[in-house]
Formats: sequence, structure tokens, C-alpha cells
Amino acid sequence: MTGSVTTSSDMAVDRVTTTAPGSRRTVLRRDLPVAVVVVLALLSVPFFAPPELANVLTRILALALLAVSLDLLVGVGGLPSLGHAAPFGVGAYAAGIVAKEVTTFAPAQLLAAVVAGAVLSAAVGWLVVRARGTYLLMLTLAVAELVHVLAGRWETVTGGTNGLVGIPGIRLVPGGEPVRLAGVRYWYVLVVALLCFGLIVVISRSAFGRSLRGIRDNEARMSSLGYSTFRIKYTVFVLAGAFAGAAGSLYTVQSRFVSPSDLGFEVSALALLAVVIGGRGSLWGAVLGTGLVFYIRDEIGPQLGGRGGLLLGLVFIAAVYLLPRGFAGVRLPRRGREVTS
Amino acid sequence: MTAVLTCTDVTKRFGSLAAVDAVSLTVERGARHALIGPNGAGKSTFFNMLAGTMRPTSGRIELDGKDVTSRSDAWRSRAGMAKTFQHSSLFLSLSVADNVAMAAQRVTGDGLRLRRPAGRCPGVDDSVDRCLQQTGLTHRARSRVSELSHGERRQLEVAVALATEPVLLLLDEPTAGMSAAESGSFAMLIESLPADVSVLLIEHDLDVVFRLATRISVLHLGTLLADGDPEDVRADERVQQAYLGTGSSEELFLPGVGA
Repeated sequence: MTGSVTTSSDMAVDRVTTTAPGSRRTVLRRDLPVAVVVVLALLSVPFFAPPELANVLTRILALALLAVSLDLLVGVGGLPSLGHAAPFGVGAYAAGIVAKEVTTFAPAQLLAAVVAGAVLSAAVGWLVVRARGTYLLMLTLAVAELVHVLAGRWETVTGGTNGLVGIPGIRLVPGGEPVRLAGVRYWYVLVVALLCFGLIVVISRSAFGRSLRGIRDNEARMSSLGYSTFRIKYTVFVLAGAFAGAAGSLYTVQSRFVSPSDLGFEVSALALLAVVIGGRGSLWGAVLGTGLVFYIRDEIGPQLGGRGGLLLGLVFIAAVYLLPRGFAGVRLPRRGREVTS
Repeated sequence: MTAVLTCTDVTKRFGSLAAVDAVSLTVERGARHALIGPNGAGKSTFFNMLAGTMRPTSGRIELDGKDVTSRSDAWRSRAGMAKTFQHSSLFLSLSVADNVAMAAQRVTGDGLRLRRPAGRCPGVDDSVDRCLQQTGLTHRARSRVSELSHGERRQLEVAVALATEPVLLLLDEPTAGMSAAESGSFAMLIESLPADVSVLLIEHDLDVVFRLATRISVLHLGTLLADGDPEDVRADERVQQAYLGTGSSEELFLPGVGA
């Protein structure tokens, strides 16, 4: 759904051809038009769609960035996390507090949220990335639950269980007018999400990204090749936390409210669900996965009298059996052999 | 000649059992050194201690003059020790070229660079091309590891090891599970390695050993039974006894048998 999405889908194919010069260019030539069309379509949404749709898309974009940052950690780096809502929620609180107490200038909130997400992940990651697999899953879950409880208790800062209310609308120019149009808010969130997505794709395609896949495939071999695997895992954990923080800031732009449930287990689990349904490691698949998951939860769920969770569960089971590689794996058989990213 | 690897009285005890008992061994620079021995001789234990995955109970291991006895396997790799494992240990979802690049970008330091595109690291790409060529895998560069045959995976293991620019290459039973033809071409590959890379080969296949080795050490029940030129080892009665349990086993070491 974003500019780099289509190129990233072919990243796998491209990466295999590292020794064949020129392949990158052909991939770009094939996918650039698709990417441009997708970006233009997204940019044009506010011109023809009602503000309610722009608001829904704004929220989904923020959560999609959360899912993509989680995919960098889980799908590319092979580090499963059930606590990715923690940096997301901390970023959201940081953005909300900055908006209320310091400035409504949106990029300042974004910066605060990125720093908050990165700092939390840096503190937590120092310990947890030493664990693997299920242990890592349990540790990230435990930390996220601690942060969740803290958000509910620390009333002077977070507003406690009532949540952080009354976050003012953002301004895009310091001292300018607050943004009132849903479409403009949407554009801001879209541009920031695209930028972050582009950065994550660059990281995933970098030499460091290759090291990450090495960790995912065979961590023991990485250390016998002379790598400090801790350094790689710690770096990606902090990076994923920073991007999750950015997603948290984008979330408050539209919701203008943060509550402890925004960094609860459900958000972590749904983000992980979006990654699995979308196809681990493809990055763009996580975007589609988010769209589906939150469309079911927020739009279809209420019509089912609160049984959206049941439907989500069914979708998840269907996805695991029918699409073992998620959306990202759907068109691969046509290409002959595929290389999972 | 100078020593690349020096082991002094290396011992590993499991309870009262000494799996490796005071083994002293020297691998000279540029040597093709083979370590052989019947099952249960302690070869794997010894290899694990050299590789850094197991600590010796006592003794000292020096690589290129540096004491590595209590260093991690990552540290040893950075100091110039590369190894291939009995069971292939590769990055299965990645391409052949990426597997080699993984080793090469550790050497160049690109592996931690966030902005350098994986396909545009000149030092890494050159190293990948060279190592694939040396091991005859150039035509497989774009294949996924999971598509390779057993023999090709072995070749790739060597390519990955070479990309770390080692001074010493440890090969743990590289021809295990190979057909005779595959073993033959693998021996050819080892023969074609650059002369400045020293090789310590732990091997069951005696044809391969006598074809490649410039020096042979024989391990038996945890102790070093013989250590010398292939001719001397071939003639050594204790070695023949250790392998067959009797003194009359000359055909075991006759050149060409079973080839």
C-alpha cells in the first residue's frame, strides 16, 4: 500500500541476485509504476472519501506502522515479541503529554514518541534479547504487562485508568492554526508512515538486514562466524521500539486520547496476528494484515454484537491453514521458486 | 615452519572418564593435517574444544600465538579460525551467495551497517565471487540453500569458511554421508585451497586422509597414539591394532583400496 511496498515484495527475488548486476534496476522498473499508483491513490483519498473513512484509514495507518515495525523484529530478525504494544503505548503517552504540556507542533510529538519508544526498548532489550523463542515471548509479554499496570497506576502522569484525555489537535507549523480537517490529519499520518516504512525497508535490505536474517535462520552459526549476535539483536530491538513509538504518536493524532488499554496485551497480540496473516518478513504483508485485522475488529465486530474476536480467531485459523506464508506468499508460486525474506 | 595451532596437554574429563587425555598437537602453517581414530577415540570432543564450543578441563590451546583456551567461538573466528561442522550449519532460507556474504560482511564490518544496501558492498561481493569460484559453486550463487544437494552444501560450508579469511580451517568429518564420487571431488576441492590456509581435517574416510594429508595424528581412547608423516603412521603397528584390534590388518592402509 505504500511506495516501497511493491519493491519490497520483490526484494526477496532481488536479493538472491546480489551477484548479478543490474537486477535491482529491472526490479525498480517493474515495480515503480505500481508503487506510484498506490501512493497517489492513498494521497487522493481525502478528495473523494468522507472524513469518517479518512479517520479510519488514519488509525489503520498508525497500527500498520506498528505491525511493520514488529515484522522487522519478528519476520526479518526472528525475535518473537508479545509486548510490542509497550513501546507503542509509551510513544503514544509521550506524544500526548508533549501535546498537552509543551507544544502541539506535531513533529515535536513524533520525536518525543520515537525517543520514548527507543529508550524503553533499550532498557528492556538489554535483558530480554538474551532469551530466545518462547522465553523471549514470555519476557516481552511480562514487561508489557508491567508497563500496562504502571500506566494505570501512575495517575499524575498518565491520568490513570481514565486515560490521558484532552489532547489538543496537532499543528503542522509552529504557532500556526491547529489542523481541523480529517483529510489533512490523514495526509500528515500518511507521509510520516510512508517515511518510516521506507526507512524500515532500507534497513531490511541493508547489510544489517542480511545479518538479521542470519540470526533468524541460524543464530549459532552467526556467532561461530564471529558476530556478536547480542549486538545485532539489541540494535533491531531498539529500532523496532523506536518505530513503534512513532506509530504511537501517529495514533494519538487522530484518537487524541491514550488509555492503558492502548499498551495492553490485545494490541500486542493483534499486531502479531496482522504480521502472521500478512506473511512474516515481507513488511508490506503486515500492512495488509493490519487492514484486515482492524477492519474486522472495529467495523465488522460491532455489527456482530461484540463477537468480532470470534471472527478474528476464525480468520487466523483459516490464514494459518490456507496461507502459510500469509498474503505475501500468495503470488509467489507463479514466480517459480521463492526466497522467503 | 611455524605453528598455527598449538595444543598443550589438552584434557577433557567427564566425571572419572578422560575423553581426551593430555593431548599435545601442533598444526604447522600451510599443513594439511589429518586427525583420525576409531569411534570413541575422542575426536569430536577434541574438535569441540578446538572450535570453542567446549572448554577443556585443563591444558592450553594457542591459535597463531594467541591463547584462545577460554575464548568464545566468535572470538576464535575473528582471530582466524574457521570451521565446518559434521552436520551442515547454513542459512537455509537464503541464497548461496547470501550465505557466503554473511561471512564476508562480518570480516569487512558491513554486517552492522543499516544503510548500506546488501547488494552493494564491494568488498563483500568480491569476496563472495572469489569464494564461490574456489569451491566451484559460482553457477549456484542464486539458488536457495534448501535446494542444494548434500555434497553442494559441504562445498558451500567451505566457501562460507573461506570467506572469513581464516588462517586455520577445521573440517569435522566433511565427507560423512557422501558418495565415493562426492568424496573424490571434495578431496579435490581441499587440494585446491590456497596454500596459506592451514587445514586440520577430522575424518573417517582413510582414502581421503591418505590422499590429502601431509601429516597425520591418530587418537585412540583419548590419547595420541601416533603423530607423523603418512608413511610412518601407515606403518605403525599400534595404529593398525587400534583400528582392527589385531596385528594383521595390512590391507586397511594399503593405498588405493576402496577407491
